[in-house]
Parts: sequence; C-alpha cells; structure tokens
Amino acid sequence: MRIPSNAQISVAAAVFLVGAACFAGAAEISGAGATFPYPLYAKWADAYKKETNTGLNYQSIGSGGGIKQIKAKTVTFGATDMPLKPEELKKEGLVQFPTVTGGDVPVVHLDGVNPGELVLDGPTLASIFLGEVTSWDDHSIQKLNPKVKLPSQPIAVVHRSDGSGTTFIFTDYLSKVSAGWKSKVGASTAVEWPTGIGAKGNEGVANNVLQTNGAIGYVEYAYAKQNKMTYTDMINKDGKRVAPSAQSFQAAAANADWANAPGFYQILTDQPGANSWPIAGATFILMPATPPDPAAAAEALKFFRWAYAKGDKMAEDLDYVPLPREVKDLIEKSWAKQIKGADGKPLLD
Amino acid sequence: MRVASEMAIESAESRPAKDQLARVLLGFRLRDTAFRLLALASAWGVLILLGGVIVSLIAGSMPAIKAFGLSFLWTEAWNPVTEQFGAVAPLYGTAMTSLIAMVIAVPSALGIAIFLTELCPYRLRRPVGIAIELLAGIPSIIYGIWGLFVFAPFLQQHIEPPLIAAFANVPVLSSLFSGPPYGIGVLTAGIILAIMVLPIITSISRDVFATVPSILKEAAYGVGCTTWEVVRFIVIPYTRAGLIGAVMLGLGRALGETMAVTFVIGNAHKAGLSLLAPATSISATIANEFTEAVGGLHTSALIELGLILFVITFIIIAFARLLLVRLVRQEGR
Amino acid sequence: MSLYGRRRRRAQLYFGLCYLSVAIGLGWLALILGTLIFEGSRNLSASIFTQMTPPPGSGGGLLNAVAGSAIMTTLGMAIGTPLGLLAGTYLAEYGQHSKLSSVIRFINDILLSAPSIVVGLFIYEVIVVRMGHFSAIAGAAALAVIVIPIVVRTTEDMLLLVPGSLREAASALGLPRVTIIRKIAYRAARAGLITGALLAVARISGETAPLLFTVLNNQFFSINLNGPMASLPAVIFQFALSPYKEWQQLAWTGALIITAAVLALSIAARALHGKGQPR
Repeated sequence: MRIPSNAQISVAAAVFLVGAACFAGAAEISGAGATFPYPLYAKWADAYKKETNTGLNYQSIGSGGGIKQIKAKTVTFGATDMPLKPEELKKEGLVQFPTVTGGDVPVVHLDGVNPGELVLDGPTLASIFLGEVTSWDDHSIQKLNPKVKLPSQPIAVVHRSDGSGTTFIFTDYLSKVSAGWKSKVGASTAVEWPTGIGAKGNEGVANNVLQTNGAIGYVEYAYAKQNKMTYTDMINKDGKRVAPSAQSFQAAAANADWANAPGFYQILTDQPGANSWPIAGATFILMPATPPDPAAAAEALKFFRWAYAKGDKMAEDLDYVPLPREVKDLIEKSWAKQIKGADGKPLLD
Repeated sequence: MRVASEMAIESAESRPAKDQLARVLLGFRLRDTAFRLLALASAWGVLILLGGVIVSLIAGSMPAIKAFGLSFLWTEAWNPVTEQFGAVAPLYGTAMTSLIAMVIAVPSALGIAIFLTELCPYRLRRPVGIAIELLAGIPSIIYGIWGLFVFAPFLQQHIEPPLIAAFANVPVLSSLFSGPPYGIGVLTAGIILAIMVLPIITSISRDVFATVPSILKEAAYGVGCTTWEVVRFIVIPYTRAGLIGAVMLGLGRALGETMAVTFVIGNAHKAGLSLLAPATSISATIANEFTEAVGGLHTSALIELGLILFVITFIIIAFARLLLVRLVRQEGR
Repeated sequence: MSLYGRRRRRAQLYFGLCYLSVAIGLGWLALILGTLIFEGSRNLSASIFTQMTPPPGSGGGLLNAVAGSAIMTTLGMAIGTPLGLLAGTYLAEYGQHSKLSSVIRFINDILLSAPSIVVGLFIYEVIVVRMGHFSAIAGAAALAVIVIPIVVRTTEDMLLLVPGSLREAASALGLPRVTIIRKIAYRAARAGLITGALLAVARISGETAPLLFTVLNNQFFSINLNGPMASLPAVIFQFALSPYKEWQQLAWTGALIITAAVLALSIAARALHGKGQPR
C-alpha cells in the first residue's frame, strides 16, 4: 500500500485523539423517571451545575421508565412516584428514598370557569374517568356545584399514555373511593383507561387540556400552577372542601410514619384530616444497593445531600412540599447503611 | 489477465526488471482480491443486517409469542397491570389511518402526476416538481408539531363540531363521526399521513407516466381522443403495474410512519368506529411506551408489535418492488 | 349537446380536478413552510446557538441539541457511508448478474423503506442492552443502519451509469481492477455519489424514532460519546409536547433549523445531480 502522506497521518491522529477525548469524560450523573418532580429536578440540576460544575442529566420519561431503566442499570438513578414495595426492592437490589411531596390536581378547560371555582369529589371523578358521566351538565357535577353555570358540553377526558407515578397516585385514590374503579381498572403506573386520549408526561396532559375545550385531566400541582391552569377543589375524606396548596399537601403528609417504613414506602392518598388534600403523594429515588459505577453514584448522593440542604426554597417556589428535617436525616443515615461500593464500604461518608 | 501478465513478464528486458514486474503484478492481484473480498463482505453485511433485524425482533418477541400465541392478533385489551396485551387497537389504528391516507393521497397524487406530465407548461415542470418533492423532504417530526399545534386546533374548532352536528341523525354515518371533538384522532392522523405520502406516489407515478411511448399517445390523438381520454385509456392502463407499485410504496411509508402519527393520534388503546376518536398505531404505541415498559412481557409485546409491522411492510414493499421491476423490464430500459 | 361537446366537458372537469390537486399540494407546502418560518423565526437569534437547553420556565438555546445532532449525523455517516459504498461497488462492479446480487438488491430495497422505529428497536436490543446504558454510539449506529441502504442504492445506480468503455480502456492499459474502480469509476460518478451522501444526511438529520431509545437526551452540553446526548429531533419532541411557552418556542425554532438544513441539502443534491434523483 502507498505510505500515507503526512497530511493523512496528522488527520488520522487528530481524529483518534478527539475520539479518545469523547470517550473519556467525567462520571456524569444520569437519571430518568417521573415527570411529577421534573420541573424541580431540572431547577436543582441547573443550580447545582452553577455551584459545582457537575452536570446532572435528568430525563422525564415517566415513573415506569425510571423503574425500568434503573432495573436495567442504564442510568445512575431512577425516579418514581409509585414506591416499590420492600420485597421488590430486595429482589432487584435497589434502595429507595423520597425527595419531596406534592399532589395531583384535576384540571379542566371550561369557558367561564376559573381556578378553584369547580369542586369535585372522589366518586364523581371516578365516574367521569370511567366514562359513565359524559357531559359537563350532568346532575352529579351540578349537585356539587350549585352556583356554577355548567355548559352542556361533552367531557373530553385526558389521561397519561406513558407509565407514570402520577397515574399511580391518581388511580390509587380512585380505587380507594370507588369500588367500580377498583374492580374495572385498578391502580398502577399504566392502566387500561376506559375512555379519553392519552398524552405523554405531565407536560403532555397539561398541553392537551390547555388546547381542548371541555377537557379534564390530572397533573402534578407544579404543572397546574406554572401554566395557570384551571384546577378544581376536592372534597376530602373528612367531607371538607380543600384547595390544592402546599398547606393541604403538608396536612396530608403529616400522618406519614417514615421512620418505621422499610424502603420509606408510604402512600399519601385519601388521608384523614380536615385540611388534607386527598390526592397527595411523595416522589422517590431508586438507586442500586451496589452501584456498577460507584463514582457516578457517589456524585448522585452528593447532589441529593446538597438538595436536601439547600434546595428547600426552590422546592417551595415550585409548590412542592420539602420533607421535614428529621426525615432527611433518616434518609442520609440510610445511605451509609444501604448503598455500598464494591468493597463493602459506604459510598458516602 | 494472467496470460497478459505472463507475456509482460516474458517480454521484460532484463532479469531484475522481470522480478520487479512480477512483484508489481502480484501486488496488483493481491490488492484486487483484497478489495473484492472487502466489497463482498460489505455486501454480505447488508444481508446480515436485515437478518439481524429480523432475528433480534423475533428473539425479543418470544416471551409474548409464548404467552399469547395467535390470540395476540385479535385481543383488544392492552393492560399492563394484568399483563394482558393484544394488537387489535394498534393494528386497527395503523390500518385506518393508512386507509384514510391512501383514499386522500392516491387521487391527488395521480392528479398532480397527470398535471406534471400532460398539462403543465414545460418551463414550470421542474419547479413544481421540486416543490412537491420538498414535501417529502420535510422531516416527519415537523409534520407532527404542525399537526398538533396548527391543524388539530383548526379541526377541533371549525371542522369537527359541524361534522358531528351534520351527521348526528344520519343512521349509519353518525357512528363514524361521533364523540367529543378532540381535534386529534384517526381522521387528523390520516390527513397528515396523506400529505406525507403524496410526494412519494407523485414522483414515482410521474416517472412511470414518462415511460409511455409517445407513439401510442400520438396514435390515440390521431383517432380524435381528448387529452383526458388519452390519459384514461392509454397512459393509465399502460402503466398500471407501476402505479400499483407507487401506491404500495406510499402505503409502506404510511404504515411505518411514527413521529407525525404519535403527535396527533390521541394514544387510546381502543378500536372504535368513530373517525374522530383517538386511537393508536403500532409505531405510536412503541414510541410512547417502550422506554417505560416495566416487566418483560410488556416490552416483549411491544417488540412483537414491531415484528408485525416489519412483516407487513416487508410484504407490501416486496410486492411493490417486484411490480416495478417487472414494469422496468417491460420497457427494456 | 353533441357527443364531442360532452367529451370535452368531461376532460375539462377532470383536468380541473388535476389543477385543484396541484393547488392543494402546493397549498399544504406553503402552509407548513409558512407556519414554520413564522413561528420559528420569532426568537431566532445568536443565543440559540450559544446557550444550552433551559429547564422549564427559563429562556435558553439549542446549543447542545445542534451539537449533538451534528456529532451523531457525522458519526452515522462515517460508519454507514464506507459500508454502503463498498456494498454498492460490489453490486455494480463485481456481481452484476449473480443471484446473490439480486437478493442483496431486494433486501436493500426493503431496508430502505423499513420503518425507522424498527431500526431503533434493533439497536436497543443489540447495543444499548449490551452496553448497559444509552449512548451517542448507539444513536450513531441506528443512523448508520438507515444510511447504508441509501448509499448502496445510489452508489450502484451511479456506478452503473459510468460507461463500460471507460473501464475497458483502463483495463487495456494494464490497470488493476482496484485502480480502475477508484480512479475511473468513482471519479466519474463522483457527483452522483456525493448526491447520495447528501440525501442520506438529509434523511438522517430529521430522524427521531431511532434516537428515542438509543441515545435518550441530555439537558446539558456533552460530547461524551459514551453517554446520552441531546439531539435536535429529540429536543423538539420533548419541548413541543410540553406546556411551557419558552419550550414550545424553542421547539419551533429547532424545527425551522432542521427543515432549513434538510431542504438546503436536498436542493444542493439535486443541483449537483442535474436532472432528478435516481430511483
């Protein structure tokens, strides 16, 4: 073969070096999962990068996706609103801990109806999503809202098309308040919806409801607030009318017994209390007990420790409810006990 | 080649020249063989690639095939909770949207092709032809967001309510146009698909129309046919096979289209009668659910859907190519 | 009315419909391009290319997406073009009439029109699961699988157009086959080969489906091939389906960028090739 010319050699060398550089690269933290906390994680990641120059790449593909990807260990951590039960955590070798709490709110798009004007209760909400109530002027909705002028418009139901913890929280609540829902549909991250269109992510549902007149959907509260959507009030377990807010989510979370829950497994729907929001939930992080990439996992834990210490204000700005300090201490202690490197030593001191 | 090289070596003037020549010629032969093997290996690579796709699809679908067998094809349920999966809703959505797309696109494409070959002034032929082919160049995600943000709201506010009202009392057709006006759904997806496959069918039809020998057309004009009659009775029957091939290629594209459909089809695992209802297609289901499918059976069911799609498009495209090849051979091109 | 009058009327009717089809076809094009330009150029500025994708609620740019798309397209072409070129060369130069060649041509046409989401599934099974994580390599591989059939087809068509007499003359001068192919056939078909490459680039620049489960997406700028990377189509997909106004605006701008690039490449390819693209 001809001896390559100098030019060709140098080009090849340059390509090789660039290629090697592209393959090197610091341990980057990658996470995937729930869309519920996505606005918050994105904001935290942005601030963290400004402070420490470590990038945290979080992709909101839905809780189902987060669970799947962390089981396959294709990401550093997974995020889910549907907590895994302790047996499953043990089986998959995963560690679970919560980051913040929030709530699902029903959102509607009706001309002339403002945020908080409409109120619904559990059984009526279930009937709407079951497709049994199909028009806005149905008497079951009118009964709860005597003062609101409801149009004779067909209800356009919007639900999630992807596997979602937001869906889990919503369907768990509906299963608790409606026997019909429980038997026909059940509770999970992805269910067989009797009616309605499916949209991707909290973002997709919000977008669809905003665009479709007569629509009703369910989104995480931060999405409803940020996009100035028309949310509805709910009648809670105590029979009282509550509006979604940091206070009503906190009231719902007040009964949670984090200390005695292995894997921090707690479901916050339909909680008692006069001020409790009925569709509240916490959002969780999943990490392997023995991470395949200890450096990245340690970086991820450092990020969460930073978030627990400094991220509360950002969380409250976005209407999430930060965890109480005692719970955060419990969580950080559990890391030392549960997440270990290959040598058996805890990853984070 | 060997004889020539031997002669060359013999006719070389001196011993060293002979050796050098022999070496050079050997080098030639080795390089030729090496290159030929390299090219052959690459060609085999294409074969192995397709084989790999099919094998990996089948391997991935095995759990679902074992669990559901043939009943997968006629079960409507799609329940990740109870792990019951069936392909009816995606198959129906794929079929309906492609059908609507073909019904709209084929006559329009033929019309445009006829225009370009018979009616258009010569100077305008290239620009108009290029303009139509630009439609093919627009990436499908653009069609998706245009459909979602511009077309769907337009349909929702101005077209669907009158449609629902108009057909409300017609006995059979009312079920075709029932339900709340979402704006997105089977009809919207079908129309967007029609715009996407239009340029494919048009350009192949145009090429195929150009193969008609002018002597046939002139003979028809000679006995007094109008231009339309020439098209209807000479051009189209002559190019029938090619037109069918063009339609099938367009159909293959419509069946496999992912991004545009995912945005505007509504993602509901239901196979209903109403054209205004949301539905799902095979590729939209896979695009939406694959990264989140928890549990091997869900993933496997999705891969089985991909396998079904691949098999269907394989058959249609194979048929189309065979038809087109036959037409080309007929021309002696 | 005379028979001839009826026939003429019918011809006018049908041709009127043909004119209508053309008007509608061109109308769609104008509508789509018009909306794209109108919405996309609203916040078109230098910051699009200098800032990264923002978290929800803030402004930003598309730097990481554009860079990621450029990297993966280049890599996909780098992997796919040589393979496609060699395979097409085999079909045109060595195996013109063999049974193997006709099978390969047939298979190639199938791959050419296969749904790209199936390619994404294939690469997921073969590369992502093996590697254990999403990566730009997997994305580039998926794009390469789409590039190969295009390049094979255009290479074969272009090489077949080179007159055999050129090759025979070169052979008569004693050139080895390799040199004939490289110096004569490739050089003569150069314009057509570049056309094929440009068409392939245009096609993969707009592909989204194969990237969805191979390379995921990335909020930040990254050139690490071994991890998730942003790409314009994936970013558009995510941003368009969100309710945030800034994100939707960025999605339109990104859409404008992709479409402009793809159309420019297609027009350049056509200009190079002259008459029309090979089929």
